[in-house]
Amino acid sequence: MPLEIYLNVAISGILTGLVYGLMALGLSVIFGVVRVVNFAHGEMMTVAMYMAVVLFSTLGLDPLIMLVPIAAVMFALGYILQKGVINAFVTRPESTQFLLMIAIAIILVNVLLIIFGPDAQGVQTSYSYDSYAVGPLIIDATKAYAAVASLVVAAVLFAFFRFTRTGTAIRGCADNHTGALVVGLDVSHLYALTFGLGTACVGAAGVMLVLLVDATPAIGPAYTLLAFIIVITGGLGSMAGALLGGVLIGLTEAMAGLLFTPSAKSMFGFAILVLVLLFRPQGILGKAAR
Amino acid sequence: MRALTHGLTRRSIVLLAVLLAVLVALPLFAGDYLITVLILILYFAYVGQAWNVMMGFAGQLSLGHALYVGLAGYLAAFLFKDYGVGPWIGLLAAIPLTMAAGAIIGFLALRFGVTGVYFAILTIAFAEFARIGFDHLDIVNGSGGLFLPVVQHDQSDLWLLRGPPTMFYYVILAATVVALVLSRLLLKSRIGYFWLAIREDEQAARATGINTFRYKMAAVVISAGMTAFAGVFYAFYYNNLFPEQIFHISRSIELIVGPIIGGLGTLIGPIVGAFLLTGLSETLTSALGAVGLDLPGARQVLYGICLLFVIIALPGGVWPWLARRLGLGEPR
Repeated sequence: MPLEIYLNVAISGILTGLVYGLMALGLSVIFGVVRVVNFAHGEMMTVAMYMAVVLFSTLGLDPLIMLVPIAAVMFALGYILQKGVINAFVTRPESTQFLLMIAIAIILVNVLLIIFGPDAQGVQTSYSYDSYAVGPLIIDATKAYAAVASLVVAAVLFAFFRFTRTGTAIRGCADNHTGALVVGLDVSHLYALTFGLGTACVGAAGVMLVLLVDATPAIGPAYTLLAFIIVITGGLGSMAGALLGGVLIGLTEAMAGLLFTPSAKSMFGFAILVLVLLFRPQGILGKAAR
Repeated sequence: MRALTHGLTRRSIVLLAVLLAVLVALPLFAGDYLITVLILILYFAYVGQAWNVMMGFAGQLSLGHALYVGLAGYLAAFLFKDYGVGPWIGLLAAIPLTMAAGAIIGFLALRFGVTGVYFAILTIAFAEFARIGFDHLDIVNGSGGLFLPVVQHDQSDLWLLRGPPTMFYYVILAATVVALVLSRLLLKSRIGYFWLAIREDEQAARATGINTFRYKMAAVVISAGMTAFAGVFYAFYYNNLFPEQIFHISRSIELIVGPIIGGLGTLIGPIVGAFLLTGLSETLTSALGAVGLDLPGARQVLYGICLLFVIIALPGGVWPWLARRLGLGEPR
């Protein structure tokens, strides 16, 4: 095979990986701060995907335009969920939290199934088949838009945590829960805010992903797992790590699909996860001390 | 015998004996449907018990027990189909296989300090790895599935596990009793106390001189070995195996919901949980059917909502609460 094919597939994998990275960023933020294992992450993303599908098919609104409104709605849902249900579980054992999220995941998947049925639904935009030729390379326009949008959302989130007082307060909660309480931070509000931000992140990723993949109610769990793989690979608590992990996994899956068979591609994601857990459990960009 | 009953109140022993007697006598009255549901309940009680050894006793969260079910089921079915080896011999081969798989995962994770959520994700990763691997494994027909020859159900052949549902019912009932007794013996032995110490505070356990690595490994390996029987049973009861089904993450999840709902770390919890959840699931199916609302997904939504309420209302599980209500003393 000529070299261009490898390069084209690699670029496509990297672009998709950036969307994965944004999805994983949401998980990383939630897990890093609230310390709750969000096993409904992929299912939440599916909800956002369906929002985009419905808005497109009924009102003809392009997912790229609806990115911010849908993320805002997802933020509100995440905030309410954390404040209303999950907050009471923050200090409970992991297994109980896990079961809570599983229950939420089951409800989400099946509500979507009742409303939309089991068939795949996608979005066909006017630029679905556009592409840019850069020298010998061909870059899919949709993937490029999705990747750029993901980077922008990630940058906004990064700036929020770095430069705003609220962002600093949230980082304070993550570093030292008791300390945050002692200095008088409203931890339950900040937790809900964080969960909302994480949900908005995964919502934005879902809106981007619907441009690349069709939505079915059942795809949630696979993306939950994918998000975990990415977060652990990149390094928990490291926002850059989540993006890097996403790119790495996206690239691996794309290359595996090309070199082996596409149906076996997620095996390679798992293989990377196993290697990272064994040799660098804190992840590629994670800090060693826990 | 002393070790088995020591510390149990008289009322608990009587209740257990009555429950067992009812379960043994049940096929005399129950129809085929009820027997099928009970097999499912006891199956989940059994795997729940096996999983509980690892998570409930030793505190190591596994979200990949479908791996052990699948490996054992596939090995026994493969040996039976291609070499005519009976399921019990197959089980003798499957137990070491699952124990070895557990040992590898346990060794890799525990040696490298992979704990908590990371450990759980690692167990998922291995199960998913096996799922996709078996999908491409031609020797067991890949994603096309492995089928056992189905024979007439008129006579029971216990040795080859070919027979009517009633036979499978008694087999899984016996296995559940054995698992309960084994769990009780383990819990009341030296290793059981070490596990509890590790579960409650691993650093403190290590400080008192417990080799925590060794005993966590023991929990993983024993739990995996116990799960092997469930896999063999699954293969011979359903007569078909698909990687997409048996190794799937949802299998791992559904087998741990019972013990958590029932009461993590308790002996009766997994059994109570299995009865509640499978009972709930079946009730919802027939109730929704009766009101003509059998939309796909409706049952699972209600199931999820019930799950949500149970975890919110009884975070410690149903059995500890129930045991106090029944006056059975501290739940165990």
